[in-house]
Amino acid sequence: MSVLQGIGARTTAAVWHLGFATRFFVAVLLASGTSFRRIHLTLREVYFSGVLSLVIIMVSGLFVGMVLGLQGYDTLARYGSEEALGVLVALSLVRELGPVVAGLLFASRAGSAITAEIGLMKATEQLDAMDMMAVNPIARVVAPRFWGGVISMPLLAALFSAMGVLGGYIVGVVLIGTDTGSFWGQMQASVDFKRDILNGVVKSVVFGVAVSWVAVFEGYDSDATAEGVSRATTRTVVTSSLAILGLDFILTSLMFRG
Amino acid sequence: MRDLRFGYGDRDVLQGVNLVVPRGKVVAIMGGSGCGKTTLMRLIGGQLKPRGGELKVCGQSVPALDREGLYALRRRMSMLFQFGALFTDMSVFDNVAFPMREHTALSEPIVRDLVLMKLHAVGLRGAAQLLPSELSGGMARRVALARAIALDPELMMYDEPFAGLDPISLGVIGQLIRKLNDALGASSIVVTHDVHESLQIVDYIYFLSEGKVVAEGTPDEIRASTDPWVHQFVWGEADGPVPFQVAAEPYETALLGVSRA
Repeated sequence: MSVLQGIGARTTAAVWHLGFATRFFVAVLLASGTSFRRIHLTLREVYFSGVLSLVIIMVSGLFVGMVLGLQGYDTLARYGSEEALGVLVALSLVRELGPVVAGLLFASRAGSAITAEIGLMKATEQLDAMDMMAVNPIARVVAPRFWGGVISMPLLAALFSAMGVLGGYIVGVVLIGTDTGSFWGQMQASVDFKRDILNGVVKSVVFGVAVSWVAVFEGYDSDATAEGVSRATTRTVVTSSLAILGLDFILTSLMFRG
Repeated sequence: MRDLRFGYGDRDVLQGVNLVVPRGKVVAIMGGSGCGKTTLMRLIGGQLKPRGGELKVCGQSVPALDREGLYALRRRMSMLFQFGALFTDMSVFDNVAFPMREHTALSEPIVRDLVLMKLHAVGLRGAAQLLPSELSGGMARRVALARAIALDPELMMYDEPFAGLDPISLGVIGQLIRKLNDALGASSIVVTHDVHESLQIVDYIYFLSEGKVVAEGTPDEIRASTDPWVHQFVWGEADGPVPFQVAAEPYETALLGVSRA
């Protein structure tokens, strides 16, 4: 009986938590006017979430593209299709690896930072102080960080893919010696703007919303202690990574089911 | 406030508190840790809702206000948090300017002048460009005080303003609370443990214990009080109406029980 009670209690708590997170999400959307009326607040967060993530995103994109170039060449060479390397690298990146890996890196680099910052502001009573000054902390602190993340994510995913293509070019063309014309020509002919690139952008926007939502919620909901902030930061990385992978499967099945 | 009651779940924190803060006066609320002092301030600020009783600030019933009404009222009051709660990503100047920029349409040159005046009042005009991480505890408290008076509030609330301060900073903060209250013509509520500093600056004192007002009076009345609870608190006696020992089985029984075991 106690096992059943335990399962019931955990299920109820999980549903309650999800409901609370959804209400919080709606509250953030309703309080988003300030983020756009005072655009400098959001641009500041784009800088912290996006610009400061550039190094890790670009370096990771370059190496992922280089690995794709090596692995792709090795596989394609078995079938005598080395000239299709550009297509393989580009499609892998814009459809899947760009949004997904950039999303995972974004969750680790920017999502955890957003959670820690909001959590510490809560722990040091900065959010309470703001509320007592008749300034809504959701409008002033949370919403700009949420929108900063949502705006940054697709841009970072695009840069990740661009760097990946460059990495694939360096390995495939410069180092291995695949034909440059085939590399770029086949890529241009085979990558469809709407079906491939636009769907990749949609994915990265959805991942941006998911990661930013998880990050701001976990920060706002964290226990106001050092341990509470630490746990919230960990939850942000774990939850948003799982959300990205789960959402990626759903979106891929909707977009590319033939 | 009249017959104010509040609790968390089954636990009653405040059990019918009656308290008045006249305009222009500095009132202290004292009591042991966990007696509900900070809760009382959060109720006044509308961050918590009481279970019952009456609570009016500037003639308005705080629990009856909606969010907009509450925010309108909060613009007329201010709160100094225990450790200042300065915004760590802003300089001292921007911290003090924050309420002005959020709630007024003043031009930047006027905001600048006002901020410098507020900082001058707390003696920190020279620290305007420092970050909160570069301030000592006493300086951070003074900056928070400058921010709290930024919009010339009618009601000031101080949550443990003397906690963790050295004697000089403690005296400075105490004098600032008194002088700023008189200069602004505001009313102030000081929640504190610090009896001796408070007796020098406040007009009236309420003692809170187990969710009720157990004693009250002017500083002179408190000093002369023979009430055992007030005596124990003012003179810092270890034992008295507030027992030194946490409720437990008799000492002998506990020791004999252990030796037999």
